[in-house]
Amino acid sequence: MKIRSLPTWLTATLFFLVVGVGFQIISSHGWLSGYWQQVIMLGTLMAISALGLNLKYGYAGLFALGHAAFYGIGAYSSALITKDWIVGWSGNPAGGLAGVLAIEVGFILAVVAISYFKIGHLRNLMRDKLSRWLTPFEASVLATVAMLLAGGLTIVVVGGGSGWLVRQGVLALVPPVLGALPIAMSQQVIFLLALLSGAVLAGLVGFLVGLPLLSLTYDYLCIATLGFGIITYVFFNNADKLIPTMKGARGMVNIPNLTTWPWVFACAAVALVVMRNFIYSSTGRAILSVRDDPIAAETMGINAFKFKTLAYALGCAYAGLAGALYAHLYSFLHPSNFTWLKSVDPFVMVVFGGVGSMTGTVLGAYTFELLLEGLRVLPAEFIDWRYVIYPLIVLAVMLFRPQGLMGNKEWGFLKLPKIAKKEHGQGEASAGMSKAEAQASEN
Amino acid sequence: MKDNIVKVLLKALSWGILAAIAGMIISVIGGWVAKNPVTFIQQMLNGLQLGFVYAMIAVGYTLVYGVVKLINFAYGDLFMVGAFVSFYGITQYGLSFLPALLLATVACIFLMVIIDRVAYKPLRDAPRIAALITALGMSIFLEYFTALKFVFSPDYIAFIRPFELVTWNVGGVTFTNIQLVIASVSIVYFLGVQYIVGRTKIGKAMRASAFDKPTARLMGINVNAVIGATFALTGALAGTAAMLYATAYPQIFTFMGIQPGLKAFVAAVIGGIGSIPGAFVGSLIMGFVEAMTVGYVPLGSTLKDGIAFILLIVMLLIKPTGIFGDPFEETK
Repeated sequence: MKIRSLPTWLTATLFFLVVGVGFQIISSHGWLSGYWQQVIMLGTLMAISALGLNLKYGYAGLFALGHAAFYGIGAYSSALITKDWIVGWSGNPAGGLAGVLAIEVGFILAVVAISYFKIGHLRNLMRDKLSRWLTPFEASVLATVAMLLAGGLTIVVVGGGSGWLVRQGVLALVPPVLGALPIAMSQQVIFLLALLSGAVLAGLVGFLVGLPLLSLTYDYLCIATLGFGIITYVFFNNADKLIPTMKGARGMVNIPNLTTWPWVFACAAVALVVMRNFIYSSTGRAILSVRDDPIAAETMGINAFKFKTLAYALGCAYAGLAGALYAHLYSFLHPSNFTWLKSVDPFVMVVFGGVGSMTGTVLGAYTFELLLEGLRVLPAEFIDWRYVIYPLIVLAVMLFRPQGLMGNKEWGFLKLPKIAKKEHGQGEASAGMSKAEAQASEN
Repeated sequence: MKDNIVKVLLKALSWGILAAIAGMIISVIGGWVAKNPVTFIQQMLNGLQLGFVYAMIAVGYTLVYGVVKLINFAYGDLFMVGAFVSFYGITQYGLSFLPALLLATVACIFLMVIIDRVAYKPLRDAPRIAALITALGMSIFLEYFTALKFVFSPDYIAFIRPFELVTWNVGGVTFTNIQLVIASVSIVYFLGVQYIVGRTKIGKAMRASAFDKPTARLMGINVNAVIGATFALTGALAGTAAMLYATAYPQIFTFMGIQPGLKAFVAAVIGGIGSIPGAFVGSLIMGFVEAMTVGYVPLGSTLKDGIAFILLIVMLLIKPTGIFGDPFEETK
């Protein structure tokens, strides 16, 4: 039997090994200056952020402009954790970790409790009951107040309670356990925790923001998410009133320099593989169908709102991960890195590379960063032209090739898997389809 | 009998809650007034001054959105160009107030029509998102291109007022001739736009194109010319507003258009996008809220940008079509 091509997992592993180890060798031999190593790392982490935006905009069709806000949330929250462990500012070295984890666990449990007790449903139930005695307006006022009270109580009791427990637990357990490890290793463990919690926090905030905003369409969604980006920017600027070490408009300094090539590359590789598998899974197909035609998707039994929220939250988590890596790359954070204009950067990468193409997005991210830094070789009077050129590229791409350079084509192991393609071509129900989808296609 | 008691109790409860919320809002604002009525009126005047400038920009946004369903992101930057043109008119050619205003207005009309021809017209039948991204790209291009040294320079420039600042003091409240000029010009423009859109032939064509482009085309309306005329009208609004804004807040730089542009758009959404009176009322509310935030909320001057957008998100959640919006718009 003739082997036509290697299995996908093998090509992916080989590719990542060659690129990752190759760059490590190049940089450790000093063939590349430290500056360009940083640029490549920046390009790689921007690729993660752009992949997140590609999921939101390219795959889910949500034109959202608040990406830099989530990038910033990931950056600041992870910086708080590692800075506390290595530099120390809150008294307990695990103080930052305890705080962020408490917020995350409390948040998740509060959401679970609210959906378990069906508090949103409570409002309709109560309104129907009350409409026996009251006009619809009065009934809805009372029902809304009752719902808010019940929701608030649940959040305080479940969310606050579990958050407090987590905080106490982390404060008591983590320093002795991690303290037993060698210092260098404990720093890496804390960094891993910081990366994960930065991504999770950004994803959770994305979920919270998405719940009310994702029912809006096109321009309204764009302007509302842009508004959220500006609110977050204002928050970062005044954050020192809440947490003094975030330093607000003066910029957070002394963040440990933990981002190295292996970390960035491993994160990017995992992010890419997860994105590929996610988008070719049944959930991914559901997201694509919601983008193409929400009404048709709804009639097929797909909950459009649920999948939009999922895609949005996951995209935000990617931005958070990229932000966490960014914070530890330059060891300095300033709110001006997270203004809404910065949300346009990943957007340019996606639009330039190809809307709805992972290959295109990654290539777009590297092209953008390398071009921006490479144009520094220009004489001093032309340096400012860099920011004139890139909107012109966006304009040219939108006018002449609106689907981006790659369109929705993929290269190598990022291509649609063969089995799925075959079934897709024959129009049969594929094995990965959910029950509702399969039923719908049978009918 | 028992039913009646329950009914009365519940009714009292629900209206009591509403009254408590209203009472809280009134007592907070009343507290500000009681503390120092003169300051309050002064803040309100400042808010109105800002609101009247926003109103002109917001009307521009709402006109374009009404006819082509596009957020004209480049509009804030057009506003910036208007301010710079009037500045150079005053400093280089020694123009007085009215000629400078005219120069800025004409320059903005031309620039807006050119932007429409180059960037928006080819995408008129493309998906709406494509045009939106193009508008965003145009906006960034204008900002950074004009920030180049040989164009407008990236510096902050002090704007030279073309006329003397006169202040009057009425019972402790000061107001200036700039405020009077801004309010009157803004109202004149508002009435003018209302007249053009409501009473003239071109206005009728605009409304027809906004309602249904293919049918309007069938009725013999040159839709592209109508859209061009709409853009020209909004250009005039931006140029005039820019000159007035720079006179009132005399500092210009190439990124000055972003914040007023975004806030005016938010004001248009709050008033009900597509509605001209809505844009006007929304802008006045926006100016009022901003002045009150700066005046009374701790850290107000840093928080004012955030407050405007919190207002927007709350409005979008309660009534996405805005105060004056068509309730059936969203379902179309």
